[in-house]
Order: sequence, then structure tokens, then C-alpha cells
Amino acid sequence: MEEKENLITVNIDGQDLQVPPGMNMVEAAAILGKEIPHYCYHPKLTIAGNCRMCLVELGMPGRDRATGEPMVNKDGTPKIMWMPGPAIGCGTKAAPGLHIKTDSPKALESREAVTEFLLINHPLDCPICDQAGECTLQEFSSSHGRGYSRFIEQKNVKPKRTRLGPRVTLDDERCVLCSRCIRFCDEVAGDSVLGFTDRGSYSTLTCFPGKELANNYSLNTVDICPVGALTSTDFRFKMRVWFLKETNSIDFETSVGVNTVVSAREGTIYRVKPRRNDQVNDTWMPDSGRELYKQVESDDRLIQCTIDSLATSAVDAIAKASECLQGGGVAIVGSGQCSVEEQFALKAISDGIGAKGVYLVARYGKDDGILMSVDRNPNVRGALMAGLVNDLPDEQLGELGAKIDSGEVTTVFSVKEDLIAGGLTEDQVGKVKIIYLGTHENTTSSLADVLIAGLTQFEKSGTVINQQFRLQKFSRVVPGPGGAIEDLYALATIQANLSGESFPSTVGSLWKQIGTEGSVFEGISFQSLSDQGELLDGSAFEHFSFREGKSLHFEPKKEALAIE
Amino acid sequence: MSVHPKEQRIILKYADEPGYTPDIDCYMKNGGYEMLKKAVGMEKQAICDEVKNSQLRGRGGAGFPAGVKWSFVDRKSGKPVYMVCNCDESEPGTFKDRQIVHKDPHQLIEGIIISSFATDCAKAFIYIREEMPKGAEILNQAIKEAKEKNFVGDDILGSGYSCDIVVHRGAAAYICGEETGLIESLEGKRANPRIKPPYFPAVLGLYMCPTIVNNVETLCNVLHILRMGADEFAKIGRPNNTGTRIWCVSGGVKRPGYYEVAGITLGELVYDICGGPKDGRTIKAIIPGGSSMKILKSGERFTGKDRDGNGYDWGIEDIPLDYDGIAAAGSMSGSGGMMVLDDSVEIPVALANLMAFYSHESCGQCTPCREGSLWLKKITTRMVHGQARPDDVDLMKSVADQIEGRTICAFGFAVAWPVQSYLAKFEDEFREFAERHSRMGGDRTAAKELACNH
Repeated sequence: MEEKENLITVNIDGQDLQVPPGMNMVEAAAILGKEIPHYCYHPKLTIAGNCRMCLVELGMPGRDRATGEPMVNKDGTPKIMWMPGPAIGCGTKAAPGLHIKTDSPKALESREAVTEFLLINHPLDCPICDQAGECTLQEFSSSHGRGYSRFIEQKNVKPKRTRLGPRVTLDDERCVLCSRCIRFCDEVAGDSVLGFTDRGSYSTLTCFPGKELANNYSLNTVDICPVGALTSTDFRFKMRVWFLKETNSIDFETSVGVNTVVSAREGTIYRVKPRRNDQVNDTWMPDSGRELYKQVESDDRLIQCTIDSLATSAVDAIAKASECLQGGGVAIVGSGQCSVEEQFALKAISDGIGAKGVYLVARYGKDDGILMSVDRNPNVRGALMAGLVNDLPDEQLGELGAKIDSGEVTTVFSVKEDLIAGGLTEDQVGKVKIIYLGTHENTTSSLADVLIAGLTQFEKSGTVINQQFRLQKFSRVVPGPGGAIEDLYALATIQANLSGESFPSTVGSLWKQIGTEGSVFEGISFQSLSDQGELLDGSAFEHFSFREGKSLHFEPKKEALAIE
Repeated sequence: MSVHPKEQRIILKYADEPGYTPDIDCYMKNGGYEMLKKAVGMEKQAICDEVKNSQLRGRGGAGFPAGVKWSFVDRKSGKPVYMVCNCDESEPGTFKDRQIVHKDPHQLIEGIIISSFATDCAKAFIYIREEMPKGAEILNQAIKEAKEKNFVGDDILGSGYSCDIVVHRGAAAYICGEETGLIESLEGKRANPRIKPPYFPAVLGLYMCPTIVNNVETLCNVLHILRMGADEFAKIGRPNNTGTRIWCVSGGVKRPGYYEVAGITLGELVYDICGGPKDGRTIKAIIPGGSSMKILKSGERFTGKDRDGNGYDWGIEDIPLDYDGIAAAGSMSGSGGMMVLDDSVEIPVALANLMAFYSHESCGQCTPCREGSLWLKKITTRMVHGQARPDDVDLMKSVADQIEGRTICAFGFAVAWPVQSYLAKFEDEFREFAERHSRMGGDRTAAKELACNH
């Protein structure tokens, strides 16, 4: 096989494969579609090599001891010297000429042995275990196990239902001591609180004395736990996982745009988990983002459109809103929480009515250097690229307040933003006509003359642009409440009413328009956008002083750092 | 205490002499630190060459040539090199390092400093097991004395070479004797042995710096190699098995104890020096090098061909008492802890005791060792408590086979070898024992008393 540049050839089960030097054998075998089973190995953590499940046979081309010449078989092929004992696939790095056997009798027997050892002290009560259905031990026991037990002794007894922190509950009897969670806390979260006590088979996972697993990434330990030991206190025993339908989504907390997968059954969301994207969030996400699904069914959810606080249909509310917007003296408060499509629609409205000003409200928080960036809006860059705003937003709507006081603005159309929280006084808000499109109750919604109940991110599809200028899509997980209307549909209808021309009211049809405008979006459609997102050309915004600091896969510009 | 004529005391030359004390004055009166004075005037490489040429093999267990180990040290990284003296003498049946530390600590310190000087180590550590509190006190006192005389510390004897020695006490774990586990423990972590590759101590050892880990007895030998010269040292014992070894004999012999010998047979040690079995007893089996080594059975014949192609046919007492001799008999000389089992010992009970030890000492990192060792303990304990089953013997063998060679460190071998060898050589006794102790109403008190205590 011809050697490509920077690649070396290894041989897996008789098949030659070119891989980068240093790639481990678990990953290399995966390229060939072969699974080397493993528990402790995780692609984003250091190698521990302790579960011994990935044992394979290992060989290197032999060299004559005396002459140093390569040894050859009778047919002229290199003679492979196989090691007497098996070696771990995860800790074996690609080297020129390396041979491994992943399905030889010795490798299979090693796996069967490890599976037997893992099961002897593990509770065999899968039917009542919360991990059942997504348990690596369960899967590998079925594919690599003996199928019967030779163990007649008493099993070890360890603590059940230990509270490790506010969000994580531990069942020590189910722990296979793979140390993934410990390595995650040490290496990714930077919060070393987990460790083992006791020795041998009595080893027990626990928190350091006086500490608890409370960091904002603690639930990642639950995701990477291959068994039912670490469980999410919020999710455990709420739903059998095989009933859950999974939908790809994006974490709306920050400008990082963490890729997520949302699990729901029959219109109810049960949990949010991270989705692997090596360019954005690896396999991690913050705990806070997993709570966002609770907004869907929260008590303060707006489920009914109103005009002058009287319930009405969405159709009437939209018509009334269109009427108000035609009166002149309109300012628009958009949002970094809106999707790119909604921002395009809002931009069309703003242009059509000649708005007296378009504002966003900036949200800034503390940068944790991992996945929580300073900018807590998921889509400020979307607003910039849609042309809705021309500069980075302020945290306060002071300019708008002045325009209200001067009488220049008499109507405010706010999408998702609470004007009071944005810095306007109740007095100022009282002076103007308010049209509000939002999902949750706040002062603005209670004062609104026209209220259009919209949808949360989990109830609609769309795209957002993260801090890397990566366009990423999210999809509808559950339907919205009956009285609410999809934001894009509402905006598109308003625009159609105002302009007298039709405006695309679905994400797919709007993208046909966005993608043909000769802009940075050219050639992209919602359908074709990959789950890993697409990097856009953000060079037009290079001179902006974005506030994000260093996070997992984002290096800020030098000027931005200087401002920090 | 009289020294047996067959003993050849070099390291323990003064240790048991009447009036010999562990203080520095006594040590210097007997020629102590003269070799250090000589060493600091030598080329470092010359000392390393002497050690290499002496064919000195490590006295800790694996028997790896010390000079070769020193030459593996990564000098290209630019990181400091550390010297670690492994004084975690925790292999059951071994008590030789304790004699050196307690009775002649300055010999060890001189050996460490010479070795550190030769390998250009930035700092030396003595990792001493928790169960030697007195030893740690003695070593600290000795280091203090040596510092006052400028044998340890800054600019040793005006040579420009500085090296401090730090005594670090373990916390009573067998696994800390494994060199990478020891390094983890020395760093203040749980003593989980590291995976190799990539964490070879010579490259990524203590604090991810190149590190040399040597046993107490090995480091003391460096001193004597320098004194005698490599060629003279290599004349002691057989080629490739040079120098003396301190054997710790325990169990069913008349005179158990530690004996420094070279070039004799196992029979000479057990019968001539230790006086043979106690009156009325016969020797049933011998564990040659610490409890993890494979057992040698009385009456067995050990045949084969040595390196030069000469055939041999030994009884247990004919086995040459050195690395290659015991290896030729299918076991290992290990740490030099020889346990003699006489006919009063029931092998299944001995195995149950051993399994209780190993299951307690497994660090718990690798699945096969962690789960397998406790499983074996549970089976053997059940056997001696009179609830053996007919298929236990086959099951134990299968479990041991599933552990051997599949773990990060050699502990997996240490668990598996006793089980495999005891079962292979005493299978009939196991089956008979299982049969006898599974009969209802049989007297099981004796067996219970002998069994492991937990």
C-alpha cells in the first residue's frame, strides 16, 4: 500500500489502513467499521487503560537480532512477531507496520473474561436500572458475555443513592470503576472533587471530604458514565430511555452554540444532552443548558394571544399588530435569542415601515473558559449577518428611552425582550403602544397592547450563528401550546400585511430567499445544512469588539482581549 | 550472632557485629564514605560503566540489570532526573531491606549518593513502607548526620554536585512496591500503577521527569562494585547472577532468618544454613522468592537445557540459588523471600491465606485483578470453611488464567501464579481437601482456625 504524506500504514485483522501516527487502535478500528469494545476509554479524556475490555493481540514486523534485517516469511511478506499477552487497544498508538487482531480467539476470550469479571459484583437487575437501554455494560454483556454466571459467592455491598451534588446521584454498586468521571472533573471541568476510596473490589467512587460535585459541568459525568452508576437526579426514573425520541438542537444559553440532543416522548421533553461536535463543544455541555427545557411547561408561559389584555386568536392579534405598526413612530427591539430566519423577517419589517430604530439587548455573563462565554445571547451574530443591526448591542435601551421621551417613538415592537429589564422605565413604557411577541410573562407582556404568544426554541426549527460564525440548526422537538403561534409565521404574516406582498413563512421557504441573495449564505439551504453546522465568512465583522474570551474551541481576536 | 560459614557477607558484613551501631561515626570507623570520596573524583560515566560491567541485577523482584536500567534514562528532555530508592519491602516473606535500614543506614545513603552522582540525579527519595516507622526515624537521623559531614546536600565534598535525600513514608499498601505505583504515591496520589507505554519511569517518572527506581539492596551493591571493581564483583556467584543475595527464609525450618549468600544451591541454604525441617517434619514445598512466585514441590524433578545447551536434571535441593537457576526451575527468585512449607501445611489453606492478602492489596484499577482476586479469595475461603464444591478447582484455574498478563502492572501475575502453580502441583490435595471439607459433620475447626482472618 502506498504511503500517503504524514500517514502510516497499520494492519487491523489483515486489512491495511492508513492512519495518522499516534492514533489509538480503538479509533483506527472504528475507521474500518470495527468496534473494539471499551468502558474507560473516552475520545476526549486521557487514556486510563484500566477496564481492560479493549484487549487485542498486538504484533510488529520482526527484525533479526543479529543483523537487524527485517524478518520475512517464505512468501516474502514481513514476519509479524506477536506479543504473548494481549494489549489494550486504547493505549496502543499507531506505529509503522503495527498489526493488531481484534477478533482472534485470544482477543474474544479476553473480552469474555473481562465481561465476566465486571458482572460478578454488579447487580444483575437491569429491569429496574435507570440506565437500561443505554448501558454499555448491558450491551457488551450481551455481545461479549458468556451468557451464564459461574459466580456463586455473595456480591459486594456498596452505597446506593449517594448524593454527589445537587444534580448527580450515585449508585456505587453499579460503578465499574472506569474513572471517566474522575478524569472529566480533573481534565475538563477543572474541579477535582471525585476520587476512589478503599482498595480492590471494594473501591468506591466518592467526593473528597467536604466537597460536592456541584460545578456547572457535573452532568457530563452522567453522560460519560458507561453504566447506571452516575445518574441525573432530575431525570432518573422518570422515563425509560427506549421510549424517548431524540431531536438535534442547540443550547441557547451562550454564543458558544453547544450542540445538543433533546429527548421527548408524547409532547413532553425529559432531558437535554450534549451532541458531539469536535469543532464546538466536543462531547460536553453545561448543566445550566440542560434545564432550559423546563421553560416549555413553566407556569409563567404565555399560552394565549391578547389585545388590550383580552384573550384573542393569533390571527386577530397579528392583524392588530400589523395595524399598529403602520402608524409611524415605530421602534423595534429585536433579540439575540431569535433565530436567523426571524431576524431576517424582522429586518424586512423594519425596512418596510422605516423604523425609528432597531435595538438588541446585550446579555453578558462571566466567561468560564469552557463552554459559557461572556455573550449570553446565542445569535447576536445572526442579527448582524441578517443586517437587522449594524453594531454590537448595548446592555441598556437608553437611546430608545430618549427617543420615547422626545416623542419620536410612539410604538415599540418588542420580540422576546422585556423592555423594563432592558432599562426603560415604567413611565417610558407607559407612554408608548407596545406590541410584544414572546414566550413568557414579564412586565412588558403584562403592559402590551398587543401580545402575540410565540414558541420556545424547542417548539420550532431554525438556525443560529455562534461565536465562530458557524451556522447551526435546531429542530422542533415538541409542538407548542395551542394558543401560541410560531414566531416566524407571525413575523412573516405581519410583513405580508404591511407590504401587501407574500413573505415566506416557513424556515425552508425563507432559506430559498436568504440563500440566493449573493450574501455569505449563498448556496446554503436549511435542508442541506449539516448537523455539525457550517462555518460562514465573518470577515466583514472583524473590526467588531466581540466580548468572548477563550473557550473550548474559540480563540478570541487580540483586540477583543485588549478590551477585556 | 555467629555467621554460618557458607554465608558470604558483603552488604551485611557489619550489620550484626557486636557493638556495631547505626550512627555515622561507627560507619566511618569501618571505612564508610570512603567510596563516596573516591566516586566524586571519578567520571560519572565510568561509575555507570562499572555498574553495567558488574552485571548487577536488580534485587527488588524482576532482576533487571541495574546498569542497563540507568542507561535508559532520557537525557534529551532537559528535565531533572530523580533517584528513587524503593524501600517499600512489602512482598510477604521478605525482610532483608529492613536489616540494612535498621542496622546500617549509612551504607544505603552512601549507595544512593554514589548512584545519584553517577546518574546525575537532581534529588533522591527513599520511599519507605509505613510498617517501618523506626526505619524512617533511623534514616532521617542518618541523613542529618551525613549532611553535617557534607556527604549529602549542597556541593557534596566540594565536587560541585548537590543532592538531597528525602524520606517519604508510605501508607501501608503492597502496590506501592510497584515502581509506577510508588511514583504515583510519592506524588501524593492514590498508588495506581501507570500504563506502560507511555509512562516508563526512565522517561516519564516522578512528576513526569526521568526517574530511576532501585531497590535498597541494589543501591548498596553499587558501593561494593566501586570498592571491589566490576571484574572482582562479577566473580561472586555465577555469570549473569553476580554478587551476593540476601535470602529471607521463613516457615518450616530450624533456623529461619536472613542469609547473605552467593553461588550455593537451594538445598545448601535450606538444609545446611537453615538446618532443614523442624524435627519430625518433612519439607513439602518451597516458595522461592516472595509469596507471588510459583511454588516448588519437594520430590519434583526440574529438567531442561541451560543457555549453553547443557542438560540439567535437578531435585528441589539442587537448584542453583540465583536468578537463572530458579528461573530454570520454572519460578523466579523475586524479592528473595523464601517460604518453606512443611508437611503440617495444607496447601489449600495456604492459598486461602494468600488470596486474602492479594484481594486486600489489589489497587482496584484493572478489572481482572480487582474482581478476580476477590473472587479467588471468596472461593478459597469458602473451601476452608467446609463448603467446597467439586468444580471449584477448575473454576479457580480458569479465573487465574483470566487474570494473568491482562493487567497494567505485574500484580496480575502475582495473583495468578500462586493459584496456577499450587493447583498444577497439588491438584490431588485440593480435590481431596474439597471432598473432605464438604462432608457434613466433619471437624472443620482446625481448618477455620488456619483460614484467613476476615
